[in-house]
Amino acid sequence: MPDRRLLCLAGAALLCIVAFMTIGLRGNIGFVLALRAIKLAALLQVSVSIAVSTVIFQTVTNNRILTPSIMGLDALYLFGQILLVFLLGGLGYAALDAQLKFGGEIIVLMALATGLLLPMLRRRTDMGLMLLAGIIFGILFRSLNSLLARLIDPNDFAVVQGASFANFNDVRTDLLAFAAILTIAGIVIAWRARHVLDVMALGADTATGLGISWSRNVTGLLLLVSALVAVSTALVGPVAFFGLLVVALAERLVDTRSHAALMPAAMLTAVIILVGGQTLFQHGLGSSSTLGVVIEFVGGFAFLVLLVFGSRK
Amino acid sequence: MIRIEDVSLRHGQTQILHDIWLTIPKGGITALVGPNGAGKSSLLSLIARLQPLQAGRISVDSFPVDTTPSRDLARILAILRQDSIVTSRLRVRELVGFGRFPHGRGRLTPDDYAIIDQSLQQFDLTDLSDRFIETLSGGQRQRALVAMAFAQGTDYLLLDEPLNNLDMFFARELMRSLRRIADENGKTIVIVLHDINQASAHADRIVAMKSGRIVADGTPSDLLTPKTLQAVFGFQMRVETFDDMPVVLHFR
Repeated sequence: MPDRRLLCLAGAALLCIVAFMTIGLRGNIGFVLALRAIKLAALLQVSVSIAVSTVIFQTVTNNRILTPSIMGLDALYLFGQILLVFLLGGLGYAALDAQLKFGGEIIVLMALATGLLLPMLRRRTDMGLMLLAGIIFGILFRSLNSLLARLIDPNDFAVVQGASFANFNDVRTDLLAFAAILTIAGIVIAWRARHVLDVMALGADTATGLGISWSRNVTGLLLLVSALVAVSTALVGPVAFFGLLVVALAERLVDTRSHAALMPAAMLTAVIILVGGQTLFQHGLGSSSTLGVVIEFVGGFAFLVLLVFGSRK
Repeated sequence: MIRIEDVSLRHGQTQILHDIWLTIPKGGITALVGPNGAGKSSLLSLIARLQPLQAGRISVDSFPVDTTPSRDLARILAILRQDSIVTSRLRVRELVGFGRFPHGRGRLTPDDYAIIDQSLQQFDLTDLSDRFIETLSGGQRQRALVAMAFAQGTDYLLLDEPLNNLDMFFARELMRSLRRIADENGKTIVIVLHDINQASAHADRIVAMKSGRIVADGTPSDLLTPKTLQAVFGFQMRVETFDDMPVVLHFR
């Protein structure tokens, strides 16, 4: 009964959100609530965009192990940032209009990601090649990032560093409204494409036989994935294994690859982990900066489990 | 009518198809036979626009396959490939239901459900309809895929070696089902076969290919002669006739 499980997930997610908003309210309640609401909005966007982009990416590439961030898409986004700092200097970078810069970065990332990945996805290549190419892309972009980071001024490096580590406490609230529009548009597009995604999961040939124009759909979906990755990376920084963890969990919870159930399940799971985890770390454990580390640890572990025991294919 | 005019195909240095001209009229079963690497599957995937057309023209019911929108083509032509991979956690009924995708883009009407049930019945899958695909045997999976292609409800059905993995019973059942839907529903079926005797028993016409060319074309009794078979397959074999059906004895 995927419907009932979805309802349970939705309930749990709601509980996490309420807990996040209300636990430990003190002092000027209106001010605290407003502050928390902004942060909550950012966390929700990050959860949803990572979940949706990972589901779509896994369907298009026909695997359960690769995610946009393992393929280095978020590293590519950071590369753009560091390149800007390198070219303009830390002050020039900081002086840029944040929203304008964000818009430009998204467009560049969409173009680069599509240009790099499309040749591989036009015809579905085999899993081993995809995985290898993905890991190498990831390493390439990360190495380029550290190369550039070594070339720039130490003061500028501080600017870069702020952007290069996942941080769920210090979210970029100035981009929130712009990112929200993108995220909501992304969800609407993904939801409307749910049946197409179900068919695309059958493989390029079968999908073409059923009337899907494969390359056009793959291109569109890749653009969508890169926009969503840009949103989450811009708001909190890169998170490598979160998407993998969330989708693997959601798939086991609803026990189907039907996108009408899997996409909402993945979004809700992401919300539970991120918002619930953040609440727990802030109020339960007191050391709130480690949520990113824990998520990466558990996600990396899930990655290894999937690799060793094989995903259900 | 499927009209293939002057079609060639090459992959890098290798020429897969040489100047193919072929017309397949509406109705009946046409079997494509030939040794491995003759280009049968390539020709089929070109007709079904799974590969881009490099040279020549192909049209189905006067719709050119390279310019007609994929979705429109999916309502007149269905294809089953030999290496159709299937994703996980999918039930037989859901898989067959994907055959209705070109008609409602994923929204299933009561009519669609009726067609899905009929396809399941047609290919003896009703008992298996709630099983997951990955728990089926190769032959059962093959039948489920054929049922999906049938549920697409198209006039033309292209099947690439659908008898793979099927035992004698189900191979015969499948060929008889195809014969029935060709006769009763007026479908046009183009099928790649390796078992030449199945072609002899069920096809109206046999097209023999070798090294990317069509080398023989005719009814089973015209085509299945020791001389033609040697030209196609490269070795001598006996042909006997039982009940007006030529039987090729190619085993020893």
